[in-house]
Amino acid sequence: MANLACEFVGIRSPNPFWLASAPPTDKEYNVRRAFEAGWGGVVWKTLGEEGPPIVNVNGPRYGAVWGADRRLLGLNNIELITDRPLETNLQEIKTVKRDYPDRAVVVSLMVPCVEDAWKAILPLVEDTGADGIELNFGCPHGMSERGMGSAVGQVPDYIEMVTRWCKQNTRMPVIVKLTPNITDIRYPARASKAGGADAVSLINTVSSITSVNLDTYSPEPSIDGKGTHGGFCGPAVKPIALNMVAQIARDPESEGLPISGIGGVTTWRDAAEFLTLGAGNVQVCTAVMTYGFKIVQEMISGLGDWMDEKGHASVDDVVGRAVPNFTDWQYLNLNYVTKARIDQDLCIGCGRCFAACEDTSHQAIAINPGRKFEVIDEECVACNLCVNVCPVEDCITMEELAPGVVDPRTGQEVVADYGNWTTHPNNPGTCAAE
Amino acid sequence: MANNPFTPGIAAGRLPSGALDRNFADLHPPFDRHEALVAADRCYFCHDAPCVTACPTTIDIPLFIRQIATGTPEAAARTIFDQNILGGMCARACPTETLCEEACVREVAEGRPVEIGRLQRFATDTMMARDGHPYARADQTGKRIAVVGAGPAGLACAHRLAMHGHEVVVFDSRQRPGGLNEYGIASYKTVDEFAQAEVEWLLGIGGIKVAQDTRLSDGLDLEALIGDHDAVFLGIGLAGVNALRIEGADLQGVDDAVAFIANLRQAEDLSSLAIGRNVVVVGGGMTAIDAAVQSRLLGAENVAIVYRRGRDRMTASRYEQDLAASKGVRIVTHARPVRVIGDGTVQEVEFEYTRDGASGLEDAGETFRLAADQVFKAIGQTLEGAPDALQIEGGKIKVDESGRTSIPGVWAGGDCASGGDDLTVTAVAEGRDAAEDIHNAILAGKENVNETPRPGNEPG
Repeated sequence: MANLACEFVGIRSPNPFWLASAPPTDKEYNVRRAFEAGWGGVVWKTLGEEGPPIVNVNGPRYGAVWGADRRLLGLNNIELITDRPLETNLQEIKTVKRDYPDRAVVVSLMVPCVEDAWKAILPLVEDTGADGIELNFGCPHGMSERGMGSAVGQVPDYIEMVTRWCKQNTRMPVIVKLTPNITDIRYPARASKAGGADAVSLINTVSSITSVNLDTYSPEPSIDGKGTHGGFCGPAVKPIALNMVAQIARDPESEGLPISGIGGVTTWRDAAEFLTLGAGNVQVCTAVMTYGFKIVQEMISGLGDWMDEKGHASVDDVVGRAVPNFTDWQYLNLNYVTKARIDQDLCIGCGRCFAACEDTSHQAIAINPGRKFEVIDEECVACNLCVNVCPVEDCITMEELAPGVVDPRTGQEVVADYGNWTTHPNNPGTCAAE
Repeated sequence: MANNPFTPGIAAGRLPSGALDRNFADLHPPFDRHEALVAADRCYFCHDAPCVTACPTTIDIPLFIRQIATGTPEAAARTIFDQNILGGMCARACPTETLCEEACVREVAEGRPVEIGRLQRFATDTMMARDGHPYARADQTGKRIAVVGAGPAGLACAHRLAMHGHEVVVFDSRQRPGGLNEYGIASYKTVDEFAQAEVEWLLGIGGIKVAQDTRLSDGLDLEALIGDHDAVFLGIGLAGVNALRIEGADLQGVDDAVAFIANLRQAEDLSSLAIGRNVVVVGGGMTAIDAAVQSRLLGAENVAIVYRRGRDRMTASRYEQDLAASKGVRIVTHARPVRVIGDGTVQEVEFEYTRDGASGLEDAGETFRLAADQVFKAIGQTLEGAPDALQIEGGKIKVDESGRTSIPGVWAGGDCASGGDDLTVTAVAEGRDAAEDIHNAILAGKENVNETPRPGNEPG
């Protein structure tokens, strides 16, 4: 079986599945059970500076978005960093790392944006024997109002500055955790690199209101009739996270910067996708908060089986494999022509493809006698909407038209050669081909 | 308790009351809210949905299921009731397996349709549990319409007419309104006096008077009705039953299945109902199934349905046949009764095996006997008590697509009318459509002839 062991910024773990800094990693009891279940590493829930512990709300901390059968699709939280005494956490980290030397133990940190605060806490963490630190520049709620968390992550100069302080004051690898609540994720990543970061991890949660109570008119979760924005995570944010990870992975300015992928990782497949888009490992939170620690067993078996099937011997073989295929729109091949094809044997006649195409797209599906849904090639632009709304897997597929075939929609022959927007005659900026 | 399933002859109390209660409990228990949400989520919201086409009342099924899925079961109920005011009973009694659920694309895809019937029940039950009636009447028209028969067709017709602002009198021959909803549907499909509760709820619209224990040709005269009213609707059902024209058919213990089912529905105490140890039901329709299953549920030891043709020709659905089999009913096909044997009371029934020959059903030349303390005839119902002046077609009152009979001013619908398939839901559709035609006809020439009030909660 494929070797799932990982080394990420010099930190070894038996597999690429780490628990993200979050409630599941807030104390020794949880982390021990996570390691027993098979997790490769943890990022300990964020520690703050010494002093009176953080105070959390005493009402609900989580809001949710559900799918069918109350499947949790997204979770939102307004919990702050650890509310336990610093000394307690440090002591527990030390004990756990001593007992699980083969697992990764990284400590998340968030202290005020002054160098002395970082100088004060770094040696304390170093003393625990932890493998590294993660700078929490991502948390979008509560702490950001106090000038920490995403308030730092939204200002590249601050990221660079604090990262540099940390690198100068500790021997431990420094991972910078980024907030997605910015316009272009590449800038915080570049700043991290400029500050000397060993890696970035992303995404932290997305600022969100999950729902509004239509009886009380309070955003949820509601604390005595009021709500505040929280951080959204879980399967719903995965597409956002994948894009941000991939944007950094292919950015020449942050080339080679290791990435820990976070955001909606729920199954081995999600993890594999993050790895292929450039993540060196993944961090998981919502999935374990939904199903418990045991799911790592499925992740391990699933990733291993897939790697075996594909002939990938190690995680490093997988990391970044899809990055070269992630490009800009302007480089997509405009000579690649496909048409929707409906497999009549698989079709169950629901007509969702027709409704979608007829009402909202290109009127390219006909209802023929016997409730037979068929594609009108003259109209089909191959938008894929019918594929996406069809409830039957593989019933509708996109079939490539071979070069030389006439596309009935355009009346043009399909061209074999690659051709993109940069050279397209309709592009005002096209340079004349030689 | 003295009696048990092995007690010879016809006896009451074969099962302890606890067992009877369990046997006659809801066949399809209602969904709770979460179950309904999960079931609703399976609906694909098909375009021009096949289930709607398959529904005789054309309920917008995908819409009502989406309304359930989005937490508005009362809006779902309005979608249902707009088309079918007896949607509550239809949710329980419809053979959905041969209607909407058979057409469901998930039945096509995976052999497991969206549970449309139970979802409909969830929606309608939710609304009917609320106080009040959801529809308001249009301004009063001053028109009076007589409806004969308080079954599904008559009630649906009366409600729609009342909604349009007309005054309606419903004449009914039985002690209680509801027709076959009250007297003809198996008990385990409509528990807790639902049929009466539904009638009461339906009458909540106002403008409908019900005269029980009044029948045509016995104190009621069609000509007089026509004279006293602006229109007449006949929903008199099929009050007669086909006779078993064989030797011994008059022996004691040979009964009509419909009467047995009606008695069962009216029984206050199921343990007081006598049933044979050995019961034979002759027929192949829903009535046969209902009689046979309920005989078993009452504690009969051996119950057989005997049908003269093959299973595929039975009008009872495959689902109903399997239900009967699951309750321990033996289904014997290709056999016709030739003789009932007994000495004053029935003891045996002799059957001749049949086969499908070139010119139809023919005897196979072999007979057998089944022990029987009780024989239920379920070989079809017939029109009875229809006024002579009406034109009859195929044993039923001849009507056109709008339910108009051969006599001007007289409409008919439900089982008594030609066409249709003798289902509750079909009767509702026919009653409703006749009401619309009556409404348009009697207001013809007036300005507001096309002004159809929108069903809803707004005050009349």
